[in-house]
Amino acid sequence: MTASSIRWFWYASPQTFFPLAGTIARWCGLAAALLAAAGLYVGLFIAPTDAQQGEAYRIIFIHVPAAWMSMFLYVVMACWAALGLAFNTRLSGMMASAIAPTGALFTFIALWTGSLWGKPTWGTWWVWDARLTSELILLFLYFGFMALQAAIDDPRRADRAGAVLAIVGVVNVPIIYYSVKWWNTLHQGASVSLTRAPSMAATMLTGMLLMALAFWLYSIAVTMVRVRCIIKEREA
Amino acid sequence: MSEFFAMGGYALYVWGSYGVTAALLALEVFFLRKRVRETKA
Amino acid sequence: MKPRHKRLAAIALGVAALGIAAALVLAAFEKNLVFFFTPSQIAANEAPQGRTFRIGGMVLAGSVKREGVEVRFVVTDTAKEIPVLYRGALPDLFREGKGVVAQGQLGPDGVFRAREVLAKHDENYMPPEAAHAVEQAQKTLQTK
Repeated sequence: MTASSIRWFWYASPQTFFPLAGTIARWCGLAAALLAAAGLYVGLFIAPTDAQQGEAYRIIFIHVPAAWMSMFLYVVMACWAALGLAFNTRLSGMMASAIAPTGALFTFIALWTGSLWGKPTWGTWWVWDARLTSELILLFLYFGFMALQAAIDDPRRADRAGAVLAIVGVVNVPIIYYSVKWWNTLHQGASVSLTRAPSMAATMLTGMLLMALAFWLYSIAVTMVRVRCIIKEREA
Repeated sequence: MSEFFAMGGYALYVWGSYGVTAALLALEVFFLRKRVRETKA
Repeated sequence: MKPRHKRLAAIALGVAALGIAAALVLAAFEKNLVFFFTPSQIAANEAPQGRTFRIGGMVLAGSVKREGVEVRFVVTDTAKEIPVLYRGALPDLFREGKGVVAQGQLGPDGVFRAREVLAKHDENYMPPEAAHAVEQAQKTLQTK
């Protein structure tokens, strides 16, 4: 084994990770609050009214970052779960369990704000199009993961069972992302993607990216605090 | 100011989104803090 | 092979198999995942006959006629057109030249009787002044 991999496994031990997680949580929490304040200021006061949708479009500053986080957190959760299955490290399963509730929360926020956005613009709270349906399946995957883990008493067995579900469910993430390209959907395509210039005014984009960064750091902070609780509960 | 809160007639939808999001995040932090206190005890 | 590597390989294989399975299932369900049909698809008889389905496209500019509670407009995908008859309130973003999705049935007379009309907007967000500038630019391009 090389020196670097020893270092990794050293951090993979819950006891050594515990104080580090606390430090990360504090700084990320603080940064999230500051970025959210900046993002809300830009989104609500600086960004101009949209030509098509008027003020209703301002839901985008919550909706899109939340939807991004819902997918991203699922992939991160599945990666930790897979690491746990492959290397049998204790911390990996704990990280996966710590991420799930926050992932479910952002999925719900994405669906909720989407519904409130759909009513005034599309004319409906909900339609069974590919984008909305696959995002709803994501919520059920998070719920399924949490329920499965809660149903099994032995934490190591719960981790393994949850990991299988998390890894299987990861196929849903590219389906959500590409659904608007693959099928005719009521949901519009992506405004921001890696392959072309964003189709948004600059200040709108700034507000959205600030909020996305804030949600990102919030997720890290909350996950770190939760993983500390899980470490304490399990190692007690 | 009241114009800002009216959101061009979309107040219910815009503030419904921001309000529920803020409330849910606050709830998550609240329950997490409770869990931290319980695990310390 | 170490047991750890074996486990890793098994997981990788499992994920790959699942991915392929999911792709196959989706391909099989492709037809049911279509949220709406375009006027061209309807012209090619790809839309279900005699039952409710959705059509999607652009509201043809200048085609919206309000007759009391009834609204008539034409949905186009620039190749084919379908006339639509609708009774009820239209969503805020229902505009001529913009996207629309309507649910209903195609009558024998070729008129689509909609029970629900939804606006489909695009992914472009810009202030009104910028939208106006884009419109002006397009107009000057057309007149040239």
